[in-house]
Amino acid sequence: MKLVTAIIKPFKLEEVRAALTDLGLQGMTVTEVKGYGRQKGHTEIYRGAEYAVSFLPKVKIDVVVPSGSVDKAVEAIVRAAKTGQIGDGKIFVSAIDHAVRVRTGETDDSAI
Amino acid sequence: MTVGGLRRIASYAILASLMGMALEPSLAQAADAPTPNKGDTAWMLTASVLVLLMTIPGLALFYGGLVRTKNMLSMLMQVFYTVCIVCVIWVLYGYSMAFTEGTTANSFFGGFTKAFLAGVTPESNVETFTDGVVIPELVYICFQMTFAAITPALIVGAVAERMKFSAVAIFIPLWVTFVYFPVAHMVWYWAGPAATVAAGKAVAAASGDAKVAAEAALGAVQANAGIAFQWGAIDFAGGTVVHINSGIAALVGALMVGKRVGYGKEAMPPHSLTLTLVGGALLWVGWFGFNAGSALEAGGTAALAMINTFVATAAAALAWLICENVAKGKPSLLGAVTGAVAGLVAVTPASGFAGPMGAIVLGIIAGIVCYMACSVIKNALGYDDALDVFGVHCIGGIVGALLTGILAAPSLGGTGIFDYAAGKIADYDMVTQLIAQVKAVCLTLVWSGVGTFVLLGLVRLVIGLRPASDQEREGLDLVDHGERAYNY
Repeated sequence: MKLVTAIIKPFKLEEVRAALTDLGLQGMTVTEVKGYGRQKGHTEIYRGAEYAVSFLPKVKIDVVVPSGSVDKAVEAIVRAAKTGQIGDGKIFVSAIDHAVRVRTGETDDSAI
Repeated sequence: MTVGGLRRIASYAILASLMGMALEPSLAQAADAPTPNKGDTAWMLTASVLVLLMTIPGLALFYGGLVRTKNMLSMLMQVFYTVCIVCVIWVLYGYSMAFTEGTTANSFFGGFTKAFLAGVTPESNVETFTDGVVIPELVYICFQMTFAAITPALIVGAVAERMKFSAVAIFIPLWVTFVYFPVAHMVWYWAGPAATVAAGKAVAAASGDAKVAAEAALGAVQANAGIAFQWGAIDFAGGTVVHINSGIAALVGALMVGKRVGYGKEAMPPHSLTLTLVGGALLWVGWFGFNAGSALEAGGTAALAMINTFVATAAAALAWLICENVAKGKPSLLGAVTGAVAGLVAVTPASGFAGPMGAIVLGIIAGIVCYMACSVIKNALGYDDALDVFGVHCIGGIVGALLTGILAAPSLGGTGIFDYAAGKIADYDMVTQLIAQVKAVCLTLVWSGVGTFVLLGLVRLVIGLRPASDQEREGLDLVDHGERAYNY
């Protein structure tokens, strides 16, 4: 099992969700986050006060997939989330040791 | 005026009668007491409520939207509390201190003859600005009460997010007592039209030695006024009394309370400019009660104040937007709303004196000057006037007070100033008028600046002004009030 963590532009969330669902993946966890990479922040001005806002709003998707589906899942996210502009986001893949479904007690691949 | 002064007037009157120049016309008028016009009364009832709307929820939301989420309720609460405490103090002794004749130093303080509203009944009337026109005294008390309530409420914006509620709770009653009531008396208290007109007619009718006596009587009537009124300073709806007064207190407050924790290092963006717009727009709506209501009658002067309150405000908002667009490249909503408030402040003293074209010029100048005060001067001097009360209300008030002296001129489309003693519009001398305006501005700056310094120092000595810095970081909503503005 692998954990695929994708940080994407918020307005791309629905397209990414649809693409992952089309692959037959069931369920994911979404978090609203802030961050920055190469995309620069912006300036906000309130009367005389100017603030440089570095952290931009993003959406983080966590989805755990069977090891064999990782490449397809990553590819689907890239395809759906890409605009070609700086700030499209990043995808990280990491190993998952163990998984349990709370309701049934099923473990690992049958739990995801 | 002193009791001795009253006796002097009485003796002049007797003297004038003895000289064969009896004051029958004025006596006849006194016997035929005027009754309130229902239209005037209805308008003043409405205007009073409109001015309350300016403060709650108008000013509360305007300010509340500008602070951070954690201080939203503290802002709303400080404004709401101010209204409540001042309303009560006003009828206990505030009205009497501001609008009755003082026994000592009448140029600066009123007396306590109407403390607890002694002698005021539904049948009591007060004069408007026209001889022979009156409104019920109770409605006048309510109208002026709302002015007394909004003025200290303006100050709390400067010390927002870091002055603890207990300190605000003690400071506000002290400030209205020692600063607002005296300043209102100095600028607005006078003997009224009937006495002035009667004394003026007596002078016109008299000759010889009687004329000297009648002139002395007129002088005594004219001396029965606040010091700024005696100087001839004009302030239609409270540019000095409300805006310069609270604006300089705000600056002194910001300096004495000190900067917010993290000021200049952390971002402190407004938490809801949506609410700021709602509050700012309610201020504008309520301001028609404030300015047009200050005519005290439902007539042409109220209409003039109304149109000026429309156009000066709009012009100031546009001027601010243009400044921002030139300096920063983007016109902001906060800029538009702030510009509008600057225009409202500046047109306040001029609203019943300037013509509409003059009001547009006034609005443009106020928008530009206040923009500079809030963005350039404030940053250069580095004080933390959290919500720009000094930059908008004091600077805007001064711009308005001075331009009133210019734009009231009939040659510039203004109304001129009515001379009650002579019974006609006086010849307009702009230089003399400007000097009077400058004197009234300086008087207010000094009285309020020093008064605020002393009173805040006193509160600091007794209970302190600020919460502990970790409490300030947590936010005044939880620390002072035990509640949060938003639970989601």
